[in-house]
Order: sequence, then C-alpha cells, then structure tokens
Amino acid sequence: MKTVENASVVSMANLTDDVYDITIHCPEIASWAKAGQFVELYPDNGANLLARPISICGMDAEKGDIRLVFRVVGKGTELFSRLGTGDKIRVLGPCGNGFNLKDGSAVLVGGGIGVPPLLETCRQLKGDKTVVLGFRDKSSVILCDEFKALGARVYIATDDGSLGFKGNVVELMKSEGITGDMIYSCGPKIMLEALSDYAEERGIACQVSLEERMACGIGACVGCVVKIKDGDGWTHKKVCKDGPVFDSREVIW
Amino acid sequence: MKTEVNICGVTLKNPVMTASGTFGSGREYSEFIDLNRLGAVVVKGVADKPWQGNPAPRIAEVYGGMLNSVGLQNPGVDWFMENDIPFLRQFDTKIIVNVCGHSVDEYVNVVRKLRGADVDMLELNISCPNVSEGGMAFGTDPVMVKKVVSAVKREADKPLIVKLSPNVTDITLTAKAAEEGGADALSLINTLTGMKIDIYRRQPVLSRKIGGMSGPAVKPVALRMVYEVCRAVDLPVIGMGGISNAEDALEFIMAGAVGVSIGTANFINPTATVDTIDGIEEYMRKYNVEDINELRGIIE
Repeated sequence: MKTVENASVVSMANLTDDVYDITIHCPEIASWAKAGQFVELYPDNGANLLARPISICGMDAEKGDIRLVFRVVGKGTELFSRLGTGDKIRVLGPCGNGFNLKDGSAVLVGGGIGVPPLLETCRQLKGDKTVVLGFRDKSSVILCDEFKALGARVYIATDDGSLGFKGNVVELMKSEGITGDMIYSCGPKIMLEALSDYAEERGIACQVSLEERMACGIGACVGCVVKIKDGDGWTHKKVCKDGPVFDSREVIW
Repeated sequence: MKTEVNICGVTLKNPVMTASGTFGSGREYSEFIDLNRLGAVVVKGVADKPWQGNPAPRIAEVYGGMLNSVGLQNPGVDWFMENDIPFLRQFDTKIIVNVCGHSVDEYVNVVRKLRGADVDMLELNISCPNVSEGGMAFGTDPVMVKKVVSAVKREADKPLIVKLSPNVTDITLTAKAAEEGGADALSLINTLTGMKIDIYRRQPVLSRKIGGMSGPAVKPVALRMVYEVCRAVDLPVIGMGGISNAEDALEFIMAGAVGVSIGTANFINPTATVDTIDGIEEYMRKYNVEDINELRGIIE
C-alpha cells in the first residue's frame, strides 16, 4: 500500500555541513514502511514539481513517525533543509520493495548518503552484524554511533584517512577479510559495482540499493530504469517499483 | 448536471482522461484513485514488439515542468492485450490505446492485432520526440502524417485519434493532414523538445541529450495550439499539455476541446485526475452549468 500524507515535521537536526536528520509524522506511511524502502517528498514551491526520493532511515509505527536523513544536493533538498518543527511537507510512500532480510550473519555496507537506509535494516536484523561505512572524510561521518548502539561491529573508511581506514569500503573489506552470509548495501554506483565483484569472488549473496532520476516514484513514468539481466539478454527494470534493492548478480553495471 | 461527452460515438462519463505515458495502464494509480471515476484511461504507448526504450537518465526537472526521454519503453501489444485490457475492463471507464511504431508497417501491425480487442478507441502516436525513427519524424511532416494516418485508418476497427506534435511551425497544417488522412479525432499536444545541461558535470542531464518537455510551464503553448486546431478542422479535439487542475481543464474546454488529458500532473499529485473531475463539477454547480458541452468552444 502507498498513500500521500501531509506530514508535519516532528524534529529537525543538522548532522554535518550538508546532511540533515528530519523526523516527520505520517502515520499510514510509518505503519506500512519496511527497511530499505523510500518516500517521495514534494518541494511544492511551484517551480520544482517533482518529488525527491529519500530513503527511510527509521520508523516508529506506534508514534506514526518516519526518520529521513538526507543530503542537500539541489534545489529540492535545499528547500527541505529549511523545514522546522511543525512545518508541513507532502509525502508519498512507502515506495519500492526494501531489503529482503535473511537469517544468518549480515554485512551492511554503506557509502556517504547511502548509509541511512542501512540503519533501520541493521535494527531489524537479528543475527551477527558487521557494518562497513565509507565517507569522504571525518567531518562527513554520520550515524556511526547508532550502528554501534545496535550491537554491530562497525568499520569506518574515509577517502583521506582522517578517520578509520584510509581508502574505500571494498579495500577495507579486503584488508580485514570481512565476510558473512548476506551483504546489504547502499551507496554510489561505483562502490556498489566494486562491492558486487567482491561478493561474487567470495560467493557472498549481495543486495544493492540503487538510485536513478525519477518522476513519479510509483512505476508509472518509467524514468528510473536500470539494466537487469534477463535470460541471455537484459531488460530495463524500474528502480522505484522493481527496486530499489536488486540482487547484485542481476545488475548490469 | 451533465458531464458526459461524446467523442466519435463513444460516450465518456466526463471529459477527463489520462495522457499517454504518464499513467501506465492505470495499475499504479489504482492505489490512489478510483479508476471508475475517469472518462477514459489513455494507456502508455504500445508497439508491435517489446521496446526497451532509452538509457537512463531519462528524467530531468526544469522550471515548472520536466523533460523525459523514456523512448516508449513498453512490453508490446501481445502482453498488453493479455494483461492490461482485462485489468482495465474491471473498471467502468473507456480504454484508449496509444499506438506507437518505428515505421508505417509497425503501426499497422499493432492496429491489426488490436482488431476485435475490447478497447474503445485508438490514439496514433506520431509525435514522440524520443525515438529516432517513427514518432515525431512522422508527425512533423504533413505529407507523412496523411500517409501514416490513412494506412492505419484502413486497418482500424475503432475510432482513430491522431496525437499531434507541437514541434512544428504551424500545427494546423499537420492537423489538416491528419483530417485528410481519415483521422476521427485529434489529441494535442505531445511534449515540446527541450534540453538541460548540468553545468557542474558539464554534460546534458538526459542520456539522449534532448527530451520532451511537459508540465504546467507548457500550458499556455498547448492551449494556444488547441484553440488554433479547433478552428482549423472539423474533428473533435482532445486537449492536453500542462493541465493540472479543473481551472486548467476548463480553459481547454472553452478553447474548444471536447476532452482533456492529465499528464505530468499525475506525477506531482497522484489524485490530480479525480481532483480535476471534482473541480469541474464544483464549477458547474457554482456557475449553473447544466451541461459541460455548453462550455465547449465558447471562446470565439
């Protein structure tokens, strides 16, 4: 089920220079949401018409709230960054299929603003959890302590080495020999592609959460396609409706 | 109060339809609205074989609108007939099939396969700007328009709507060519060709560089073209282009359109179609309009 709600902002905080942490009250969406799904936020300013897909970082069905952690990347997200407690924002969701949570040991791998959807995923996974997070530098690290609080082993990689391992998440995983039964991942496409190779070489199942420019968020506009293997060939699948989570072995990078 | 309109002998319960390519075959929107309320569902373009469309990125936002270069990705007419017609027939609404092709033969193949199918009308898409063969290449040349329309009309067993491109100097010329070719009705406008460049990456946003612009920003252009075409031909005209609400829809009706389609507005507000229908009814009550047809073409 999906719906549109006129949500009110419960809280708003600044995590880094350009990353914001907003909780909004939208009871129906909160009651249906699953880890790895996303919502569509509408700028509603008359100029920027299309909704922005934002991954769900957490939800509280009892309170009817969802938590979104997003980075300002353009006019729409800039507008959202100026929201304050009590403000209204139109939201559609929950969209997409989310992660397929499996028993066994989990490895959660996130890069930059791909980290937030992994937090709710981590909260819901019951087995052994290893979390590998990659950021540009120390100042852009987000949500690290919250993963630790969930009892996960947390590894951090930064491009410049200002915190944790110097390099990217896949290099870190190689150096630490990180393995598990299932990888849950979200981040830049280049990271996910390298991770997909890492998983395949070691025979680890891997789910990747992808993104693409979209207009509707519900499968009607057919804008947000990715190439997915289909028999001997390939087909265009929709990130919003067929995804955003795909089996890494199906994706044609 | 009467909201029914008649297009080529087909009665729609109200003039509000969906613009092809913005509504799939209605499944996605059935979570948000009651499809029974719609005058008609105009489905996403159907070709004789499955099409994969263009590579992503296919979508770019522009001021007051958007660009798309989807390229008519669709699962083909056989899949459509097996899956989408039965789905839509569960609802009390009319089914209009948008037909696309790369060549006259491909258009004809689709229409042949649709002979006898349980649909109400056909809409010939000779105006998509996002395919290199067929599409807009046909729809911008009056000689080609007449040729493809007459070839398709010979095979069609349902009323044939021809969807016109706005990317021409004088749209009344292609409108007249479609009329001469045997079109039963016209629909306009398809998207306006447009472009957006990402100045930080120094690249076009769309993988195909150029796409079709739609959304509220194109409405005045669309309205002007509908007005011109209504005065130039004797065919019923279905108006579209940036219609987002009842006020917009009523403008097109007053300019001469018998029906209106909601397109990009569906992406911005999934209930835009029924909100428009409600708004039209409210206007009719408030201003004592007994019959929606009284408003059609009242602008001289």
